[in-house]
Amino acid sequence: MEPIIHIDQIHKYFGHVHALRGVSLDIYKGEVVVVIGPSGSGKSTLLRCINRLEEFDQGQIVVDGITLDSAENINAVRTEVGMVFQQFNLFPHLSVLENVTLAQTVVRKRNPTEAKKTGMQLLEKVGIPEKAHVYPLQLSGGQQQRVAIARALAMNPKIMLFDEPTSALDPEMIQEVLDVMLALAREGMTMVVVSHEMGFARAAANRAILMDEGQIIEEAPPNVLFTNPTNERTKLFLSKVLL
Amino acid sequence: MVSSINENNSKNGEKKVHSFYFDRWWLLLFGVIAIIVLLVIFKPDPFRRIIIFVYDGIGVTIFTTVVSFVLVLIFGLVAGLGRISKNIILNGMATIYVELVRGIPLLVQLMFWYFAFPSVIQEVGNAFGISSFATYRANPFLMAILGLTFCYSAYMSEVYRAGIQSISKGQMEAARSLGMNYFQSMRFVILPQAIRVILPPVGNEFITLLKDSSLISVVAVADITRRGREFMAANFIPIQTWVMVALLYLVLTLFSARIVNWIERKTKLER
Ligand SMILES: Nc1ncnc2c1ncn2[C@@H]1O[C@H](COP(=O)(O)OP(=O)(O)O)[C@@H](O)[C@H]1O
Ligand SMILES: [Mg+2]
Repeated sequence: MEPIIHIDQIHKYFGHVHALRGVSLDIYKGEVVVVIGPSGSGKSTLLRCINRLEEFDQGQIVVDGITLDSAENINAVRTEVGMVFQQFNLFPHLSVLENVTLAQTVVRKRNPTEAKKTGMQLLEKVGIPEKAHVYPLQLSGGQQQRVAIARALAMNPKIMLFDEPTSALDPEMIQEVLDVMLALAREGMTMVVVSHEMGFARAAANRAILMDEGQIIEEAPPNVLFTNPTNERTKLFLSKVLL
Repeated sequence: MVSSINENNSKNGEKKVHSFYFDRWWLLLFGVIAIIVLLVIFKPDPFRRIIIFVYDGIGVTIFTTVVSFVLVLIFGLVAGLGRISKNIILNGMATIYVELVRGIPLLVQLMFWYFAFPSVIQEVGNAFGISSFATYRANPFLMAILGLTFCYSAYMSEVYRAGIQSISKGQMEAARSLGMNYFQSMRFVILPQAIRVILPPVGNEFITLLKDSSLISVVAVADITRRGREFMAANFIPIQTWVMVALLYLVLTLFSARIVNWIERKTKLER
């Protein structure tokens, strides 16, 4: 079977910082992969290379059969890949529903009625249809992040990338976001999730990956990686996270 | 929190506060207008004569300022986007343009466009035998608008640049990650947010441009200032002439300032 994301020996430099040092990874349709690792290890950079928010210097990434090279391909890939950010990045000048419909009408060229219908369905899915006409900054962090997920889903992506989706949230709001993600995983969405939520990883992930200093150090099913790591660096990292 | 008396949840669930607010600075404008009216009524000679003489210059000043400003809004945006572009050539061109223009006095630039630029075209026409170029005559109006636009677009590009850069990087990334291209992201996500930020400085640019438009009087455009000079040359009453010219400019600038202020408040309430 062809992987839906094929990452082959990519390298990324920020000036002198060698942020990714030959990362290779194949992800298959329907898989949920959780990425963990210390701060600065290149997790965000790896995610951002997958939809080319970041250009990489060497190597190749093929997403759903599309090689990332020209600008056209980049936009084609981006419509297939949804992304959820740590800081939500909702559009503050648009209502919640408009946040979810904007790209549908501009990029997918859906008519407004259709876009609104899809938008409302997705807001129901993430559990906040009653906030459709409110502005994002009037919502709690957990609600904002759920809107951000709905906004990404509105493009009918085949893959969803999550970059520390619950790190900016108050503890009591984390679960409501994880629940949405869990439901999405159960529906068979292909997901790459940077997160240190071990509970979510155990419940949803097929694979967990530990990154350190721009490299993948270890890769295993979450239960195995968290309880029986083989690599010393993994052990060290987990001992810090699982205090 | 604002008192909830007039707060209504409109159909959008968006809260609007309808408070009656009177901007007291209008009184200053009315005061200036009153002074002009009183002078004209009680001292028709020379004030009524001055107004009648200068009158068509008011239209010229307003017209030149407004036309230039509309162009400045467009070209300033283009230059501003160049300034934030990662493309080295675009960025370099925009930066050089802005730095050069900001380093040359506007009066000198206007002189160049009116006196030197047409000669350049004529020389080119002569050299290459293009007869329409060789016989090119400068239109004062056109050159004045060109000069003002060329200069103020550079100023305005900095206003746009600052406004766009004040919007967090995450906004552009979120838009791009949804598959929108650069221009769609600018149009639907970045600029609508940036406009709220840049409205005050943009209003400021308009008022400064209005005042600086008096410089076009030296390149044969009959604006308020030039008409004032002509009147003075014929009548030798400098005090009354320049007081009246100053009052007329005040009416225009104070009025513009109020309008800018009104737009600002309106866009704030809408959010
Ligand atoms: N835009 C950037 N400019 C310069 N350096 C960067 C940039 N983004 C990330 N880096 C560097 O690249 C490395 C990896 O960063 P990142 O992918 O954000 O790590 P993580 O998400 O695992 O915390 C870090 O050393 C970081 O400082
Ligand atoms: Mg990160």
